[in-house]
Amino acid sequence: MKTREPKLLLTTSPFIKSPHDTRFIMWQVNYALLPVILASVYYFGINAVLLIAVSLAGALLPEWIWSRQQNNPVNTIRDGSAVITGLLFALTLPPGIPLWMAFLGGVVSVVLGKILFGGLGYNIFNPALVGRAFLQAAFPVSMTTWMPHASLENFFQIRGDLLTLPFMKPRMDALSAATPLAKMKFEMQPTGITDLLLGSTAGSLGETAAVIILLAGIYLAIRGVINWRIPVGILATVFVLATLLHWVDGTKYPAPWFHLFAGGLMLGAVFMATDPVTSPITQKGVWIFSVGVGLLVVVIRVWGGLPEGVMYSILLMNALTPLINKVVRPRIYGMRKSES
Amino acid sequence: MELLLQREKKTFKHGIHPDDYKHFTRHLSIERMPFVDEYVLPLSQHAGAPSRPLVKLGERVYRGQLIAEPAAFVSAALHAPVTGVVKAIEPREHPGGRMVEAIVIERDPYSPQTLVNEHPIDWESLSPAELLEMIRLGGFVGLGGAAFPTHVKYAVPEGKHARFFFVNAAECEPFLTTDYRIMLERYPDIFLGIRVILKILGSEKAFIGVEDNKWDAIELLREQLPSDLPCEVIPLETKYPQGAEKMLIEAVLHREVPSGRLPIDVEVVVNNVGTVASIGQMFKYNQPLIERVVTVTGPGIQRPANLLVPIGTRLTDVIAYCGGMKENVRQVLFGGPMMGMPQRSLEVPILKGTSGVLFLTEYEVVPRQEYPCIHCMKCVDACPMYLNPSLLGMLARVRRYDDMLEHYIMDCIECGSCSYVCPSNIPLVQRFRVAKALLREKMAREKAAKA
Repeated sequence: MKTREPKLLLTTSPFIKSPHDTRFIMWQVNYALLPVILASVYYFGINAVLLIAVSLAGALLPEWIWSRQQNNPVNTIRDGSAVITGLLFALTLPPGIPLWMAFLGGVVSVVLGKILFGGLGYNIFNPALVGRAFLQAAFPVSMTTWMPHASLENFFQIRGDLLTLPFMKPRMDALSAATPLAKMKFEMQPTGITDLLLGSTAGSLGETAAVIILLAGIYLAIRGVINWRIPVGILATVFVLATLLHWVDGTKYPAPWFHLFAGGLMLGAVFMATDPVTSPITQKGVWIFSVGVGLLVVVIRVWGGLPEGVMYSILLMNALTPLINKVVRPRIYGMRKSES
Repeated sequence: MELLLQREKKTFKHGIHPDDYKHFTRHLSIERMPFVDEYVLPLSQHAGAPSRPLVKLGERVYRGQLIAEPAAFVSAALHAPVTGVVKAIEPREHPGGRMVEAIVIERDPYSPQTLVNEHPIDWESLSPAELLEMIRLGGFVGLGGAAFPTHVKYAVPEGKHARFFFVNAAECEPFLTTDYRIMLERYPDIFLGIRVILKILGSEKAFIGVEDNKWDAIELLREQLPSDLPCEVIPLETKYPQGAEKMLIEAVLHREVPSGRLPIDVEVVVNNVGTVASIGQMFKYNQPLIERVVTVTGPGIQRPANLLVPIGTRLTDVIAYCGGMKENVRQVLFGGPMMGMPQRSLEVPILKGTSGVLFLTEYEVVPRQEYPCIHCMKCVDACPMYLNPSLLGMLARVRRYDDMLEHYIMDCIECGSCSYVCPSNIPLVQRFRVAKALLREKMAREKAAKA
């Protein structure tokens, strides 16, 4: 009597699925990073190529080992998240930092930032920023020594301390330069907006070309890969606060556009604060998160000891995210007394 | 500008936008399937108690004759869909996956298959209570899928009032075109049904909610709407799950059904448009619920169709009539792809609540790798009940069902929007169904222990 059709599958509904899976989302971020990487190679030549390659290797090695240990049927490298971590971490580095530090930072990003928490989805802090914070604490001098961007003629000339061996004293290139934020903070010298937009300033590998990062962010937001509210919230907060300060004392505080396009704000707002794992899960929570990041960025930049504060701002708000998720809960349908 | 205003549409918050896949059958007229030899009528094809059989083995029955009566208040009557002989009353395979007691009728090949006692009913001279009793004995249940007995919905409790009657014609499930074709081809029955129901309920006004991917149906209904009928056709955004009762009410009235309560608590009764059309037929011909329109569709069937079939037609007969299945069929569903039921046997009968049969092939049925939750918020933004499926999913994975209660798991309407959007392919609604069933069981146990 029972006529089970052997070829019929018994699973439960729903039977159709949105085509965008986690792997797709992660690789979209990687593709969006490509123009940023190209800009960084254009400005910093062979240094950028080597540092990005070494950082990526540092991030992928522990991910690969861990994935093997887990007996995962599919290697977790393929989900693309470790690639994002490696690339983002590399883009936050000063262009003259020794390669071995970049490698170490890449390893720390994935091990301390992600694997120790249990892998993708379980980490509290943005892994790339964990790696950078580690280097900042361990090698503060190398992490704050900048150099002017290269030109295409000396593309293949390795500059800075790239080849310094581990734990040897770096030579500290004479050819160092200050970032726009440091110039502003310590010398009261603003940088022109064209330089900031196009990236022809000193700074981390991937943070200088604000306009390219912005375009990549718009692409990701349109594709629904990142939540547009995060960069918009951060940038709007910074803009409003900077405008107020500038209005109070125009000689002491730079114009708002300077804060928007200088330093790592754009890279952080578009690529790091938008990490879904470490940002809140409700829209209201996301607004709190992004306003918090913007607020902290301005506070650190204006009143803090450091010229730049994007990394710590994001890490601090990452730490607050579990709390935000706990406190900000959406109202359930039918829970408030309905109007009659 | 005028066009823009005309196309103004209503909707609820959140939800998802899957492709509607209605192109397989939307252009096909409703087609009456020829009678076959055997019909299987499970006594349990509605929410509530199984019907009590009134016929014996070997007894001759006529098309439209009552063969099983409602065994309780929440139960339904059952009628013979064809003239023939009762061949068996025995457990048969049920689309729900179990064996269920069923009346099997062998068709009389020489019968003209006319309806027993066919005549129009002068409903205007009947009282609301008499009309309600006719609906109860007509065996009407919700044809949208849930198969809740209609007379129970219309029996409005003391102190409550159904100010508005909603005709649910959203048909938000992809692939299905049953309601769409009924609107295009049977709108007089819909209007007659609305008249009768308004009289039973004593409602002020009726609304017909239609998603705007069926704009021609909206225009047709608006054109044909009798001027004396207090009824409004409401275009709705094409968004899943627009056809969920609570979402429909929210879209049109901006009222929320309180948690754990029913639409009547916001002065609303909702019925599927197919049910309303069948009720119209009841009063036009004295035809109880013995047949229904079924969308036979999907890439896995040779000839997709909108079929009018007698209740109890076996799936094998439907497949044979539609030219057979394609070689690479992997899944056969009763209902749509978002909330439908997978079938393991092709012997199961079409029930009163079977809105469609969907054939999926190996190209649609692909196993997907599950990734860890990355808290991307897509499920939170999709959930029409504003739950947090990400959190609930994590609790379900480690079986913390009691904690799920605190996060309102019982308010989940199991629409599957969370599972649809999840980029990590986490089976969220699948786990929620298990959790809800276990919690309900536990609550029943605790209640029993207290008593």
